[in-house]
Amino acid sequence: MLGHRRVYIVPSRLGLYFGGTLAILLVGSINYALSLGFALTFLLAGMGIAAMVQTTRNLARLSVRAGRSEPVFAGDAARFRLGLANAGDFDRPEILVRHLGSGAQLTVDVAAAASAEALLAVPAPRRGWLPLGRVMLETRFPVGLFRAWSTVEPDSRCLVYPRPETSALPPLAPSARAGGARAHAQGSDDFSGLRAYQPADSPRHVAWKSVARSDTQHARSDDMLTKQFAGDALAELWLDLGDLPASLGLEQRLSRLAGWVLAAERAGVLYGLRLPGTGIEPGRGEAHRAACLEALALYQAT
Amino acid sequence: MNEAQAVLPGQRPLAWREFALLLAGLLIVAAPHALRAPWWLVLLTLVLYCWRGAALWNPSLLPSRWTLIVIVALGTAGIGLEYRAIFGRTPGVILLLLFSGLKLLESRHQRDAAAVVFLTWFLAITNFLYTQSIPTAIGMCAAVATSIAALVSCAAPRRAPRANLRTAWLLLGQAVPAALVLFLLFPRVQGPLWGLPQDAAAGMTGLSDTMTPGSLSQLSLSDAIAFRADFKGEMPGRRSLYWRGPVLWEFDGRTWRLGYPGLAELVAPTTGTRIEYAVLLEPHNRNWLFALERAASLPERARYLDDGQIISLTPVRARLRYEIASAIEAEPNPAETHRALERARRLPPGFNPRARALAEGWRAASADDAEVLARAIEHFRRERLQYTTEPPLLGRDSVDEFLYDTRQGFCEHFSSAFVFLLRAAGVPARVVTGYLGGELNPVDGTFTVRQSDAHAWSEVFIGGRGWIRVDPTALSAPGRVDLGLARAVAAGDALPLLMRPELEWLRSLRYNWEAMTHQWNLLVLGYNPERQRELLSMLGIKDAAWLELASTLVAVMGVFILGLFAWMLRRAVRPDPVQKSWNQFCRKLGAKGVARSPHEGPRDYSERAARRLPAADEPIRRIAALYIALRYGRGQTPAEVVELRRMVRELSVG
Repeated sequence: MLGHRRVYIVPSRLGLYFGGTLAILLVGSINYALSLGFALTFLLAGMGIAAMVQTTRNLARLSVRAGRSEPVFAGDAARFRLGLANAGDFDRPEILVRHLGSGAQLTVDVAAAASAEALLAVPAPRRGWLPLGRVMLETRFPVGLFRAWSTVEPDSRCLVYPRPETSALPPLAPSARAGGARAHAQGSDDFSGLRAYQPADSPRHVAWKSVARSDTQHARSDDMLTKQFAGDALAELWLDLGDLPASLGLEQRLSRLAGWVLAAERAGVLYGLRLPGTGIEPGRGEAHRAACLEALALYQAT
Repeated sequence: MNEAQAVLPGQRPLAWREFALLLAGLLIVAAPHALRAPWWLVLLTLVLYCWRGAALWNPSLLPSRWTLIVIVALGTAGIGLEYRAIFGRTPGVILLLLFSGLKLLESRHQRDAAAVVFLTWFLAITNFLYTQSIPTAIGMCAAVATSIAALVSCAAPRRAPRANLRTAWLLLGQAVPAALVLFLLFPRVQGPLWGLPQDAAAGMTGLSDTMTPGSLSQLSLSDAIAFRADFKGEMPGRRSLYWRGPVLWEFDGRTWRLGYPGLAELVAPTTGTRIEYAVLLEPHNRNWLFALERAASLPERARYLDDGQIISLTPVRARLRYEIASAIEAEPNPAETHRALERARRLPPGFNPRARALAEGWRAASADDAEVLARAIEHFRRERLQYTTEPPLLGRDSVDEFLYDTRQGFCEHFSSAFVFLLRAAGVPARVVTGYLGGELNPVDGTFTVRQSDAHAWSEVFIGGRGWIRVDPTALSAPGRVDLGLARAVAAGDALPLLMRPELEWLRSLRYNWEAMTHQWNLLVLGYNPERQRELLSMLGIKDAAWLELASTLVAVMGVFILGLFAWMLRRAVRPDPVQKSWNQFCRKLGAKGVARSPHEGPRDYSERAARRLPAADEPIRRIAALYIALRYGRGQTPAEVVELRRMVRELSVG
């Protein structure tokens, strides 16, 4: 949480025009010896001073709290939540929150003695931790003559999973837990995994559900997966970085693993993950999926 | 990414609420100008305003750039034709009026509104070129308030309108002290900085440098104030209230004109009663300053002319206050140059044969100038010429017609005829114009002289004595001097409304209003470089130079801004009473050796404390439970907050 920060203030472009207008009014008042002209000019100048103070106040002592951000896949936008807490008994309208790194911005109003949430969508191009970085709060309230700003660097980061690559699941691997039972020859009794659709596959075996989940309107044949069936329901799927050809490059292999994790989760099989130096025992469910993806996101080649 | 593509405030389209505020401001500042503008331009501007209003509902009505350019061209050409100028004062203001309509029509987004607001301010200040009265000031303040509300509304369009209005009021309220300081301390420079447009003084009324039959009677129908005087001590009697102005020497048969007086040293009269007074002169765009006859001192930046006129170095274009002394009923100065006396006898040949014959008869029958004068005075007394504000029109021989045919005239007819007769008899004489009398305001004791008090009288040079004042009007209509214009003219003659005797209640209302206006003129409108110097020397800053003034101003403004900051931020962080009580609770337990470690939540901490301090375990648990409920629970009632504070205060841990 960030509390008292330095607030900077400069006249906006409109403020410069305002200054020019005042100068003309003043010269006119002097030239025509208009007492009320002076009074009007000075009243407006006083308004400018009051506006400067009020613009500064709109940001002063506004505290910024970084909230949780849900993990996203590389290529999507990370959504950072920022809580703007106003402890004052006045409202703070029109606060522009701008992410300096990406230029993402939005305007929020913070009511008196209340908090408001700003949801910043920051592009996440690469896997790993994405720190939020510097965020600028800016306001021109109440009259737009001044621009006050302040920068904060909330301690907030978002986990970015590798971009999932859609490809056929590897065949089921022998399971340690299954007590040495081997995968049967492929049949059509028990579901054992998914592979990429081939034109000869029976439409009955297409994983229509996963087609429906994919966001594209027109399911193309290379998006489609064909269910593979095996005789053993307890079969486990090991997703191993080492199984993928090194020629693909680390990032692409991690992407493929991430795609497999998603596919395996959708297919409902038990799956485990093996990375050099670490491994996750086979399992299933949201938490397991998240653990696997996190391991992939944070994997560092030694 | 939708949330991130928020529209910035200035780029939102203008909504009806901002439009209404902008329009209200414009209407207020444009209304007084509408009376001065040609009717077609007022109509055009109103059409432009309404056009923009209609476009709120149907944005396709917004005009194209070309349409606007055509309107600008036509409007400017129309103004050029109407006034034969674009750069004079009034054409300029009218042009600004037209542009206000165009700019409003052109405004599509909220950021454009600022330009309309700036135009509103320009139009507001141009109103002061014509009048700086209290009602105008109030009107323009209202316009400024409305325009600031429009700016706020554009800066925070999603906010409740009521809250925006409050912000606008707060801005204005905070602007007032700053404006006051700036008004008093901002280094004033005496204008003008450059030449004023030719028509800068249009609409200022007052005496002219010429006098033709009918010129003063026109002026006398005006209720406008010429100047006010504040007497220090006793006021002179009514018969002495001759306020001397331009002295007219040259006569061409119809028109009297100024002479060619030179600068002279003012020699204060040693005789007469000396009185001192201050005059607050309304601008009349001429150089004359008015003083009771005869002046005994000169104001600053003024000069004395050898025919007794007092002139200011620059035309009086702003209300001018000066202090002056006069000697009432002083003996005239017997010295005069030969050339001036020659000039004071000159008449154009071939005018007014009957008057000439009359004057030559006086000359032949008199031993000296004094006797001629006595005959002339006697003639005017006897003839009983009628005094009227509605004199009949006169032909070529104006003096003859007045004396013998119409026998009705206003003071300019009387003085013109009198001086003509004396000159025709070879006696040096001249016409003096100015004001006679005035009116005492019983509310504040100021003496008000109006244009309707304008008067013309004569001065005659008698060898050995000097220039002697003779008021031929008073000879025929003595009431003019003693009773004032209203009682002196025949019933049924046109009179300024407020001079009519039957409207007594209206007059008392006017006395109060004028007393207020006088203070306004003195304190607000009359605040000029000299008054600023006086104020500063009262504050202990003697002979303040420009730099000193500026640094004083900067210091005062700095203190003001800091004070404003402190005041505005005083409640930026409101101490949370619940948190305060909890902190006190933690301090109390901490004093007993059970300090809260940073990672400890209230539940764990109170549990640990309750176990360590069994004597007070029950209140500790209750306080913690209440704190948790208030802090993280369902919200709080004031009674509960008070209860927590009481419990913490009464907690005794042995």
